Amino acid sequence: MSKFRKDGKKDLPAISTASLPDIVFMLLFFFMVATTMREVDLNVDIMVPEAKEVTKLEKKDLVSNIYVGVPMRKFQKTFGTEPRIQLNDQFATVEDIQAFIASERESRKEELRNKLTTSLKVDQYTKMGIVTDIKQELRKASSLKLNYSTRQTAE
Amino acid sequence: MARKTPEINSSSMADIAFLLLIFFLVTTTMDVDTGIYKKLPPIPENETQEPDVKVKKRNVLSILVNRNNELLVNGEVLSISQLRDKTKEFFLNPANKENLPEKSLKTVPYFGDVMVSKGLISLQNDRGTQYATYIRVQDELAAASRELKDEKAMQKWGKKYDELTEDQQDAVRKYIPVQISEAEPRNTGGK
Repeated sequence: MSKFRKDGKKDLPAISTASLPDIVFMLLFFFMVATTMREVDLNVDIMVPEAKEVTKLEKKDLVSNIYVGVPMRKFQKTFGTEPRIQLNDQFATVEDIQAFIASERESRKEELRNKLTTSLKVDQYTKMGIVTDIKQELRKASSLKLNYSTRQTAE
Repeated sequence: MARKTPEINSSSMADIAFLLLIFFLVTTTMDVDTGIYKKLPPIPENETQEPDVKVKKRNVLSILVNRNNELLVNGEVLSISQLRDKTKEFFLNPANKENLPEKSLKTVPYFGDVMVSKGLISLQNDRGTQYATYIRVQDELAAASRELKDEKAMQKWGKKYDELTEDQQDAVRKYIPVQISEAEPRNTGGK
């Protein structure tokens, strides 16, 4: 019974690394497929509130985002510390929303235009006033599908 | 004379792949967007001819949220955690009380002739209300609505509402119509 040799006279064979590239490539492909690049740089601090009754947002290409929050520190000199709206990469005002929705519609295919959902990513300490103004603008732009972005809490 | 083509050295392949892998690892954000889905009411085309629907007082659950994030439900100060049970009681009205909504006889597919509540939730918030409070109220109302629907679905099919077919879900929705109307916010507390 000498299955396990104790005398270490023989050199250990090196572990073959020939399959290492395959393993790495497999991981690589997984991450390439799962990656969604961040499209916009946030200029505002957003911590969305928590909620339990949430639904998943399907079809991300049919979602346009509106961000509301306090400007980040480096922007506070120019934009103040009151919550601001961010559309795409820029700060905006409530009046810009209709134009934003119109351009979002313009960039989609014709048959998908009425399926657009607007996702409101609003910081939890924001006052409702600005949110209500946004909602009114969305109604005027007849973009009625709305999603309040929230984190899901574990029950 | 055919010369042997020298084999390409593939030992650096792993390094290249690792480099790419690390790049994608760093840039990956796998956040799933979740949220509360709502449909906004369209703006009435002719504002002067807005249909002024009269609803009896007992059929309305009026929820007011002030700028201190306090709740007033039908004239009664409640905490947010009590809102769910209040809403469920409002829609079920098990004892047919006078001050809770009326019911009317309706024919609903799968269920037959049933008494359907005429209740309606009216939500009004101040401009100074915190967004997080607003979301919590919406969340509690959605939870109450789902619990009511689950209950009915359990009674009839022994399944949860989400597991039903589309037709069945439609029927349950008709049985328990949870309507939330949001009034224009008031500006009582300033910005």
